[in-house]
Order: sequence, then structure tokens, then C-alpha cells
Amino acid sequence: MSPPVIDVRELKTHIVTRWGTIKAVDGVSFTVAEGETLGLVGESGSGKSMTCLSILRLVPRPAARIVGGQVLLDGDDLLTQSERQMQRIRGKRVAMILQDPMSSLNPVFSIGMQVREPLVSYHGLSGKALARRAVELLAAVGISSPAARLRAYPHQLSGGMRQRVVGAMAISAPPRLLIADEPTTSLDLTIQAQYLRLLKDLQERHRLAMIFVTHNLGIVAKMCDRVAVMYAGRIVEAGPVEMIFGAPRHPYTRALLESVPRLGAQTEWLTAIEGQPPDLAALPPGCAFAPRCAHAMERCRAEEPSEFSLGAGHTSRCWLDRPA
Amino acid sequence: MSPALLEAEALTKHFPVRRGILGRPAGLVRAVDSVSFTIDAGKTLGLVGESGCGKTTTSRMILNVEAPTSGAIRFDGAPLSGLDRDGRRRYRRGMQAVFQDPYASLDPRMRVGSIVGEPLIINERPSASALRRRVLELLDLVGLPERAAELFPHEFSGGQRQRIAIARALALSPKLVVLDEPVSALDVSIRAQILNLLRDLQRRLGVAYLFIAHDLAAVAHMSHTIAVMYLGKIVELGAAADVALHPKHPYTQALFSAALPLERQQRREEIILSGEIPSPLDPPPGCRFHTRCPQVMERCRRDEPPLAPESGRLVACHLYPAPAR
Repeated sequence: MSPPVIDVRELKTHIVTRWGTIKAVDGVSFTVAEGETLGLVGESGSGKSMTCLSILRLVPRPAARIVGGQVLLDGDDLLTQSERQMQRIRGKRVAMILQDPMSSLNPVFSIGMQVREPLVSYHGLSGKALARRAVELLAAVGISSPAARLRAYPHQLSGGMRQRVVGAMAISAPPRLLIADEPTTSLDLTIQAQYLRLLKDLQERHRLAMIFVTHNLGIVAKMCDRVAVMYAGRIVEAGPVEMIFGAPRHPYTRALLESVPRLGAQTEWLTAIEGQPPDLAALPPGCAFAPRCAHAMERCRAEEPSEFSLGAGHTSRCWLDRPA
Repeated sequence: MSPALLEAEALTKHFPVRRGILGRPAGLVRAVDSVSFTIDAGKTLGLVGESGCGKTTTSRMILNVEAPTSGAIRFDGAPLSGLDRDGRRRYRRGMQAVFQDPYASLDPRMRVGSIVGEPLIINERPSASALRRRVLELLDLVGLPERAAELFPHEFSGGQRQRIAIARALALSPKLVVLDEPVSALDVSIRAQILNLLRDLQRRLGVAYLFIAHDLAAVAHMSHTIAVMYLGKIVELGAAADVALHPKHPYTQALFSAALPLERQQRREEIILSGEIPSPLDPPPGCRFHTRCPQVMERCRRDEPPLAPESGRLVACHLYPAPAR
């Protein structure tokens, strides 16, 4: 097997607040290979976005700080690069698509200026070649009459169109790793379907490694090869998508899958997860999910479970899965 | 058959668009165009469609926040248009709303007890002890502890806040509650709690819901009837299971095929529509969906299909009735 494009090892990002230190990312490890998609799922506050920002070293400073671990991109540890080197890496070797396209686009510059910017700074293109490449990129993300759209401003485009422009900028290098953080959450359903297909096409064309952050389990089932489920800053279960959906092991994953309404299921009541999402500033000792877990044992409240391997790349952080 | 709790007949809302400093009329946004439906007492109508299709405008007309350009609403047998001031007030008491964002819909400076009790104070002027009793009853109904009454909204999580908003909506024992995306802002693990609560309340109180959401599986789960809207028109209306599992209109088919199943094996044929949603300022002639329809025919560009019975539901599409062979 080819070496992974991105190899995250024991990543730890902490946020220092008046009320104490919040372990937003607490020892997260995963790898993504070329052409592979890893789905990162979890609720708000579970640390999935913070994990992505840590890879790009864009955590909000000074409050948040990466305090440990390694982020190896094709073997280079991004955590030891200088800020200057990081600027050459962001956008060129690692690109990111955010939920709201307007947080990536500048409202006062034309689409053309913004699409050309990385082409000038990363590839040194100019003149005719630059103009041609910009048109090519917009065409590659399925924007009709691209030459005319380059003169438009972000507010003149629909939400789906704007997200396509962001996609065009993301693949301009093309990067080795594409991080998509809830890229379709702000889009309408039929537009979401179009955009997901586009992302798949782009990934196949450029053999991108992709990290797909979402809380929509349907999208994970459709888009991802492997899944990592996060809870309170840790990956509690990870494995091939068929395993996670077909034979989930961790009680949180199981409860999450059961709580989602399904088309065609004639169930009267949904299986709800009791309790509230955890307060990261006041995590209980032991397993963070224990207070909401239907299977919690004495041990879960005292001792944090370590990661147990279930074979075939499937891991679970639950005492129930401790090998006998 | 007893008359429906709510009847909307040919409900239409046009917003004029004005341009320039003189405010010259420059066009009409046909936000809702001749929409008819009914909601029976104690039942749920799910309203689905993409942004700009007119779901929210429809709910605002039902709530009497927006006056219809034309069309009629009858609630409990009485037409809304003939009501005087007092009548409208009574009408509004009979229906309440719960909105998407429980962070925006609760006053941060009021204690929860006052938030939940405010509709009672305004409408019924109960004694202090009766008010307190009723507030605690309502909190209990939505699964919040008594002491919640003394706290402020910021002391609650999103799911608990939505419970507070639901308690407030139920304060006046409404017959209809409009639920506009009630779980979209909540964490995935909390959504099932709130959906179960809403369902339980419907069973216990006999309240009817107008449920607006973009999560189609949630709508199918909660609703008895589903209406699918596209650019201000209802394109399909029928029993929830029929519409969700065996959609007839090409738009409904595309919409439900875009609602992704969790099981990989269960992956159905996926219909990906081309193009974008046209502007309601200038809807396409003929069938409004024809610009994106995978099964478009010559006739669709010309004639607007009426909403007509087909396979036990109403569908607005020229494909039906299928030509006899």
C-alpha cells in the first residue's frame, strides 16, 4: 500500500480559558491515503473542525494551542514548519473548503481576481496563460459561461455557485490533501447532490486525499471510504465505512445511527440519546460518554478506555471491546 | 367527515419589487402562488421544498403575520378574512410557532418562568399562584425540572432551549403549532429527543402541526401528510408514506433521492438535477420545474399542469395520467 498522504499522530490542541483548559483535540490519530476519503463525524464541540484547523495550523491564537503530536504531510511534519513555510503549504499542498462560501470569498473583489490570486502566487502564471487557466478552473467545477462569471462579484452568484468557485480555488494547485468542512450544509438538497458529485469527480481526477467533516451520516455513507467518529475531542470509533454502518461497536456510534430518522422505517419512536452533549470544561473522569451511555459500567466512570483494535482497521475506544 | 382544522384555499402572496428612489414597481415575486391544503385536528402536515419555494411565506400567512394577496384561510370553520380585531386575536391564540434557532427566539434577559408565562399574562391575566402552577405544569410537560423557571436561557443547552420554546408555544393550549425547522439548529444526538417530545405532545394534547423542515427523513417520520413545494406552487400532496417512498412528481423523486440513505446497500437510483432553482421573480412559463426536469416534454414548456389526483394523492405534472395504451 502506498504511504499515506496525511498521517496525524496523537494530535493535541488545547484551548486555555478563564474556566480552565479545554482539551478540544485530545490525542487524535488517523491517516488518509491518496484518493481516499476519511469522514470525520461528531456533534458540535467534538473537535472535528479543530482537528482540521490544527492540520493547517490555523487554530485561533493565542487561546488555542497545538500542544502535542505530529502532522505528517507526505512525511513532512507540519507542526515544525516555520510560519513562512506554512504559507507555501496552505492552499498549495493542503486546501480547505468551509461551510459558508462567503467566509472564503472576499465580497469586494471579482471572482476572477480571487481565482487568479493563487495561480499567480503559487504557479507564477501571468498574461494569457493565467486568463486561460482561470477559465479552465471554473469550467472544471461546472460553472457555465466561465469567462463571464470571472467578472462577477460573489454576491451576484447563488450559494451553490459560490461554493463551486471555492472548490475551483481549492483544486487550483492541485493540492495533495483537501479538507472539506461541512461543505454542503448551507446548500439546498438538490444543489448538495450536485456538489457532492463534483467533489467526488475532482477527487478522482486529482487523486486527492480528502477529509470530509460532517454531521450528516447520509453524506458519510455516500462519500467516505473510512469513518472516524469523534466525541469530546477523541476518536471513539474508526473503521471502514461498511463496518461503521453495518457493525458499529461503540455505544455512541450505535446510538447516533439509531437516533436518525430513516426513510421507509415505520418506527413510531426514535431511539434518542439521553442527556446533553458533554461540557468540555468539566469532563467526567473516565469515558466522556459514560454519563449518557446505556452500557456504562463502574470501570467506565473511573478509567478512560484505551483504543482497542477489532481487526481490519476497525478500532473502538470502549471497555466493552477490550479483548478477553 | 368533520371539517379540517385549517383550510388554506388558493393562498397567494406576491411581493412587489421596487427599484430606484421613486420606488417604481419593477416586478413581482410570486412567493406563494395559489396554494391549497388542509390540516386535520391532531395531525401533522409536513411542508418540504428548497429555499425560496415559499414554505416560510406560507407559514407566515397561516400565522396571520403576513396578509395574503388573495385566497382564503379558514381555521376551526371560521374564515380569517372576516374577523375583526378581537376575532383575529382569538385566531392567533389558537396557533403558535416554534422557530429554528432557540438562541434567537428566547429573550436572554427574561427568566424561563416569565418567558413561558408571558402568553398567559397577556391573554388570560391569571392570579400569581395559578400562573406559577401552569408554568410548572408546562415545564414538566416538556421534560424540564421545576427549578428551570428561575434560570435564564443562557444556562441551558440548545435542546433544552428548544424545550422552553415549545413550552411557551403550548401555554395557551393552541390547536395548531407551526414548527419551522425545529431541530435543524440542534446537535444530531439531541434531535431525536425533541422529535420524540413533539410526537408525544401531539398524542397527549391533540395538537396539530405544520412541520417545515429540509430534513426529509425527519419530515416523513413526523408527518401524516406531506406537501412538496417548488417555486411557490405545491407540486405533490399526499399521505406521507406515499409521497416519501413512492414519489410521483419528478421533483419529489429527485428531492427524495437526494436525501441520502444510511445503508450503502440501500442506495437507490440517484437523480441529480442539473441547473439551479430559477428566480421566483421570473418563474419559467408552463411548468415551473421544466427547466430542470429530467422528463421534460414539449407541453411542459407551454402549459402549466394542474394539481390533479393520481395514485391516491395530488400531483401537478403532465406525465399523469399516463396515456392509455
